[in-house]
Amino acid sequence: MLTLDRLEIRQDSFELHADFALETGTVAAVIGPSGAGKSTLLNVIAGFFAPVAGRVLWEGRDITIMPPAKRPMAMLFQDNNLFPHLTVAQNVSLGIRPDLRLSPDDNTRVALALARVGLEGLDARKPAALSGGQQGRVALARVLVQRRPLILLDEPFAALGPALKAEMLDLVAALAAETGATLLMVSHDPADARRIAPVVILVADGVALPPQPTKAMLDDPPPALRDYLGQ
Amino acid sequence: MAARPFPLRRAAFSDALGWVAVALVSGFILFPLLAVFWRAGGASLPGPADWSALRFTVLQSVLSAFFSIALAVPVARALARRQFAGRGLMITLLGAPFILPVIVGVLGLLAVFGRSGIVNQAMAWVGLPPVQIYGLHGVVLAHVFFNLPLATRILLQGWQSIPAERFRLAASLGFGPRDVFHLLEWPMLRATLPGVAMVVFAICLSSFAVALTLGGGPRATTVELAIYQAFRFDFDLARAAVLAVIQIALVTLAAMLALRFSLLDGFGRGLDRIPRRWEAETLPLRLLDIVTLALVALFLMLPLGAVIWRGLAGLEGLPPPVWRAAAVSIVMALVSTVLAVGLALALAHLARRWRGIEAVGLLGIAASPLVIGTGIFLLLNPLSDPSRWAFAVTALVNAMAALPFALRVLAPALRDLEKDFGPLADSLGMRGAARLRWLILPRLRRPLGFSAGLAAALSMGDLGVIALFADPERATLPLQILRLMGAYRMDAAAGAALVLLSLSLGLFWLFDRGGRRDADA
Amino acid sequence: MKPHLMIAALLAAGPALAQTPELTVYTYDSFVSDWGPGPAVKEAFEAECGCTLNLVGAGDGAALLGRLRLEGARSEADIVLGLDTGLISAALETGLFMAHTIDADLDLPLEWNDPLFLPYDWGYFAFVGNRGAAQPADFRELAASDLSIVIQDPRSSTPGLGLLMWVKSAYGDEAAAIWEGLADNIVTVTPGWSEAYGLFLEGEADLVLSYTTSPAYHMIAEEDDSKVALPFREGHYMQIEVAGKLAATDQPELADQFLRFMISDAFQAIIPTTNWMYPAVMPEAGLPKAFSTLIQPEKAILAPIDQADALRDLALDEWLRALSR
Repeated sequence: MLTLDRLEIRQDSFELHADFALETGTVAAVIGPSGAGKSTLLNVIAGFFAPVAGRVLWEGRDITIMPPAKRPMAMLFQDNNLFPHLTVAQNVSLGIRPDLRLSPDDNTRVALALARVGLEGLDARKPAALSGGQQGRVALARVLVQRRPLILLDEPFAALGPALKAEMLDLVAALAAETGATLLMVSHDPADARRIAPVVILVADGVALPPQPTKAMLDDPPPALRDYLGQ
Repeated sequence: MAARPFPLRRAAFSDALGWVAVALVSGFILFPLLAVFWRAGGASLPGPADWSALRFTVLQSVLSAFFSIALAVPVARALARRQFAGRGLMITLLGAPFILPVIVGVLGLLAVFGRSGIVNQAMAWVGLPPVQIYGLHGVVLAHVFFNLPLATRILLQGWQSIPAERFRLAASLGFGPRDVFHLLEWPMLRATLPGVAMVVFAICLSSFAVALTLGGGPRATTVELAIYQAFRFDFDLARAAVLAVIQIALVTLAAMLALRFSLLDGFGRGLDRIPRRWEAETLPLRLLDIVTLALVALFLMLPLGAVIWRGLAGLEGLPPPVWRAAAVSIVMALVSTVLAVGLALALAHLARRWRGIEAVGLLGIAASPLVIGTGIFLLLNPLSDPSRWAFAVTALVNAMAALPFALRVLAPALRDLEKDFGPLADSLGMRGAARLRWLILPRLRRPLGFSAGLAAALSMGDLGVIALFADPERATLPLQILRLMGAYRMDAAAGAALVLLSLSLGLFWLFDRGGRRDADA
Repeated sequence: MKPHLMIAALLAAGPALAQTPELTVYTYDSFVSDWGPGPAVKEAFEAECGCTLNLVGAGDGAALLGRLRLEGARSEADIVLGLDTGLISAALETGLFMAHTIDADLDLPLEWNDPLFLPYDWGYFAFVGNRGAAQPADFRELAASDLSIVIQDPRSSTPGLGLLMWVKSAYGDEAAAIWEGLADNIVTVTPGWSEAYGLFLEGEADLVLSYTTSPAYHMIAEEDDSKVALPFREGHYMQIEVAGKLAATDQPELADQFLRFMISDAFQAIIPTTNWMYPAVMPEAGLPKAFSTLIQPEKAILAPIDQADALRDLALDEWLRALSR
């Protein structure tokens, strides 16, 4: 269970409040107008940004000031998810050990993860030699081997075409379901939410609302969301 | 408490290393300076001759920096947007004048621009009056000759840091050359130029032999020369130390100014591919670039050619001590390189957050080697025989002299790297040795190779603090060149200078090539 | 302590007592270089004394003195070799030297009877040019001509200082006028002798301030007789290079032995073709043939040591003013 306890985030003139809990194993989409603070909220949960007040708790443990790597989460950014100078296999292996000193078992795990995302045989390639979709899969393979209970996505598939993006999202959701992980996904497209997220967290007007059922929210949006959706 | 991004618990060790580096560099300057003041029994005000030396020094430094930059921009631009056979070789050769020992370079320049040089012979042949090189303009010319290569190289790195994707975007939007300059190149230049100007200014501030030899007379006295004279002629340690402090203050001031006008811009690196420049493929621009490159090549290569030509004549019959000295110099250069690059990396790490750290790196060339050497001598003398420390002190002094250049190259590169891949590395827990091995060193290969090459080449040609720390058993190659020149043996000196030039260039090429080998590194 | 232990200790100390003594000589860099007098001198002296000769190079003459001042009485040096007459008064001021006990029969053009400093070689400053070109016979003619000259800065070069003192000693109050006349002949002023001579050889100037012995180098080492020194009617300023014994030396007898060696034939014969100066004592084998073709100035000028400093400061002022216009 991810708990945001009276969290207050401030950056220059921007302010955001959040106070809710997210059940373990939930897939939640973070939606809202641009500039509302969706990415910032994720960065605070991930540990790249410090809140002014409040706490972030995981399974009851206070992780507010924990460094990102120590938190029980895996994150995919909007870009630069892979190291261009490392091979696919090395990029995935970083999820197991940051110094790339892998045991034979670890190497097997990497191979299995690559196979799971459909990239077997490509482990020696460099990211520049892969398509956008394939690069996304490598990042997902790494998330898979990290085996963290919380996965944060900051629109990593925004640059892909709709079919490809849908495929990626389905894959992510499947992986999350397989591992029982909690998935928190920022998206500017409500269709993404409809596709894989049963709950949405609306971020607008300086507040991150508690999780609401997606269908209800999108079928009958509140005023802030209505402007954003263009209805 | 204002919200701030997370720093702290991670990377504490690498931060500590950075502060150790700061302490080392500052201490290296501060303690010897204090030792000299202590020995002198206090400070003494500079005289009127010193103030005019100061005025001249600042004037020629500003002019030299200005012209070096002004010429470097079109040259770097031409190199950045043209691909041609031998481009790599040209880039390496263009770096050559920077690593020439000063007197060798000056003689080469005079062979071309001097009273009986090629240019004047051509002028006489055509019937024009001769060109007079001795004077302020000669000093600036020589400084541009020595520093244009470095400025060009650093600017070229800046150009190569603009992602290829942006040029593609520009092309797809139908940008002409002026738009590309305004929207892509100028922001990069605005960020890079102040830093480059700062380094060139600092180098020219501490210029010594060039100014007097080409300046034509005592009017062209620089602060460094004034320090030399204060020390030698009057044994006025106090005045020498005060002048050294003034020199350091000037450079630090310049550094502060440049840092203020320098902008932080990460450029959001794309996956590295060599950029194609659609807007520059018109004929007029091609001609412009070709002419620019040809003229600069001529300007830099002719004097170099003169050095090589004279050196070839003196190569045969080079006495064995010269070759021994070459070996000593190579070893010393390698040691200095490791020191310089290591210090630069540690400082660059700190410079991500505190821009002022780069000014610390500049202290190496801001401080007069004579005063620092004297100070170190005073510190060591009561404890142990200084000549036993000659090798170590010289290597350290050489490393300090190369440090600003390595730092100027590594600091922005490291900053960009952190901006692009820092969060990813942090989220994966890559710290310390793992981060160094799998992120920093591989991604920084190009700037690391370049800065190591620079450091190695500079160390080869550096005299260090020979008067006080000459190791009788292990003379370096520049020292042997000086000794040959002081014993009438100009041809042999030219030959030895050619050996020095070849070795320096060779070392530079080796390191630089090693850094540039992989396309995506 | 038990007697047999004491004997054992003495026996152990025996070899240590019989260790070769070491004599440290501070000198200038070109002396110790492999093509200077250093190597031959070291070999010859060590054969004679059964000691180790430690030659330490420290820049040029002025830097040598500077190092000595830095080290003070704690210096390891026993002998300082390489000061020239321009530096003697400053050396005296350090108070670090003690009288040598050598009674020397020297072949100098001037009387020398300084108790502290013993000359080992000497030379005349002169303008050196190319054979066949115009040859002014004194400073006035030089100033009036349009020959180009390259000189050294007196503040950073001993020949530069030599030229300064030459003009001042020869012309006194008219020195300033001479410099103003020379100002348009001067192509440039270099920090040291090597740069100036290098410029001259490159053809940047018609004349360079150097020594009367410079042509000898070209004749002997390069078989080139195209360089000549210009004899001046006023006479030529001398450079006498001396050595001195330090008061704080721990090897006073050995130091004296070295000084005696220094004016002996073994040392003096090395000087002409390694240091390219006139030896202080004529070698038994005489001078190399090429030396006989060198110009012999009629008059040797040298400022008296007690007046040198004051003269120097005055001359420097005039020089700066004349050339800074």
